[in-house]
Amino acid sequence: MELPSVEERSTSAVNVVTIGATTAEGGTREKVIKVGGARTLPFLDFEGEVGERPVVAMDVLDMVPEDWPEALAAAHRDAWDDPGKWAKKCVEEYGADLICIKLDGTHPDKGDKSPEEAVEAVTKVKEAVGVPLIVWSAGDDEKDNKVMPKVSQALAGENCLLGTVSEDNYKTLTAVCIADNHNLIALAPIDINIAKQVNILVTDMGFPLERIVMFQTTGALGYGLEYVYSIQERQRLAALAGDKMMQMPMICDVGYESWRAKEAKTPDEDAPEWGPQADRGTMWETITAVVLLQSGVDILRMRHPRAVEEVKKVIDELFAPSEKS
Amino acid sequence: MIAIGERINGMYEDVKKAIAEKDPGPVQDLARRQTEAGAKFLDINVGTAAADREAAMRWLVQVAQETVDTPLSIDSTNFDVVCAGVEAAKNPVLINSTKGEPALLEKFVPLAVEKNAQLVALTMDSRGVPADVNTRVEIAATVVTFALEKGLDPSRLFIDPIILPINVAQDQPQKILEAMQQIRMLSDPAPHIVVGLSNVSQSTKVRSLLNRTFLVMALAAGLDAAIVDVFDKELMDAAITAEIILNKSIYSDDYLRAARK
Repeated sequence: MELPSVEERSTSAVNVVTIGATTAEGGTREKVIKVGGARTLPFLDFEGEVGERPVVAMDVLDMVPEDWPEALAAAHRDAWDDPGKWAKKCVEEYGADLICIKLDGTHPDKGDKSPEEAVEAVTKVKEAVGVPLIVWSAGDDEKDNKVMPKVSQALAGENCLLGTVSEDNYKTLTAVCIADNHNLIALAPIDINIAKQVNILVTDMGFPLERIVMFQTTGALGYGLEYVYSIQERQRLAALAGDKMMQMPMICDVGYESWRAKEAKTPDEDAPEWGPQADRGTMWETITAVVLLQSGVDILRMRHPRAVEEVKKVIDELFAPSEKS
Repeated sequence: MIAIGERINGMYEDVKKAIAEKDPGPVQDLARRQTEAGAKFLDINVGTAAADREAAMRWLVQVAQETVDTPLSIDSTNFDVVCAGVEAAKNPVLINSTKGEPALLEKFVPLAVEKNAQLVALTMDSRGVPADVNTRVEIAATVVTFALEKGLDPSRLFIDPIILPINVAQDQPQKILEAMQQIRMLSDPAPHIVVGLSNVSQSTKVRSLLNRTFLVMALAAGLDAAIVDVFDKELMDAAITAEIILNKSIYSDDYLRAARK
């Protein structure tokens, strides 16, 4: 008996967002990265176009990290006093597709660096690497609104991905991204209704839907991963069903969330029953990322080179065309 | 909800006059404004005024599609007039409509298959408009079976259980709602269910309220398409809200604006 086809056909797709600009396009990047474009659930290439390959952005901070567990710190310590050097290492040694500059050092509680210092850090990264750039603000609304306009201006022409805007703080960065032609990350606190609302508010200001990437806020394995998973899954389903306010590619912050987990950061002597920390931490980050790939994430922010390597292998496997009978 | 804009209809004076004077302006204006108001199809009906209804249909179709790409709903019970509209349309259309009797299905279903069109089928046949639930469902089942046999997927069918004016048939809406629920279960995927909504309030005093109240009730019973006045903002708001409450689209505080963006 012949099995009937169970293929779902979708008429709508996730938007394609292009990050980066080459010299021909007015920037200085060696290549651009496109994300999104899927017309099907993740990797189901027998049903429709799977879109662009998910990419890995590695985190580079504008300060020396204060609280990274040893297993993670060991991979970056020799370069992290200089964001340019650090970014170069992530790209050349660890294979990062993009660099995400996290401006932690500008946070009032973490050094309160000036906008000028932030500009200096992103400029170093811009000059050190040729991959497209993400710049992620520190998370203090008042300070972010002083820092991000300067950073955006310094990167004008590079077609970066800048974030984040939220329901309570979106006007400054949205205006800045319009002025300097960057893409924008819209954040919502694990709440799909607010996620949709942020997109509406941002587009009310005239920002094009096609340049937004959504950040549903990530929870790591064991710490709310399933909530993020189901929201992202729902977003993809809505995107495929034609909801224009949900058709954005997604970004996840896997690195920060995974290495915050007790299982990732507890040293060997404090938890002998969990096995060696060097493996636990990278496993935690790898599994969180792989799970989120299945929910439809397009850009993974990551930290540990071994986790990056494993996840990229998984992406290669998932992205290989399925055998068609 | 698949909103089918009802305004390009020769029964309306402005359209009647436009047809008579071959003036494309009013028709194109309606096509554009209905599309902006959320119409997923534009119903095209020549009415009864034109002497040559086939020519009038061709003209309306040509004029409308010069302005917008919105798919058209070719509205006539006359097969030749439908054919004229289908031939003139550059994009696949919704054929509106056939009745559920085999002699008509023999003509309309193959036409829909050939032209890659979708098809509205009324739950009435040679016996007339049924007044009960069972006969409506029975006719719908005949249509679905016929379509399946001729290669028209049920997802391309729009079953219209025929709503009558509330002031002449007050017992009917409830029966129609029940019929809708049963018709949804006839096949998987289910056929669409559509109504000519304004009929419910024909010759009544508070038309808009009747229309939107029935629409919300019908959406809950499985309706997913309606021939409506898309300019009736409260009606469209009610439909958008019903879809939020039925969890067919994702809520946000500005969901009404989101649905119109």
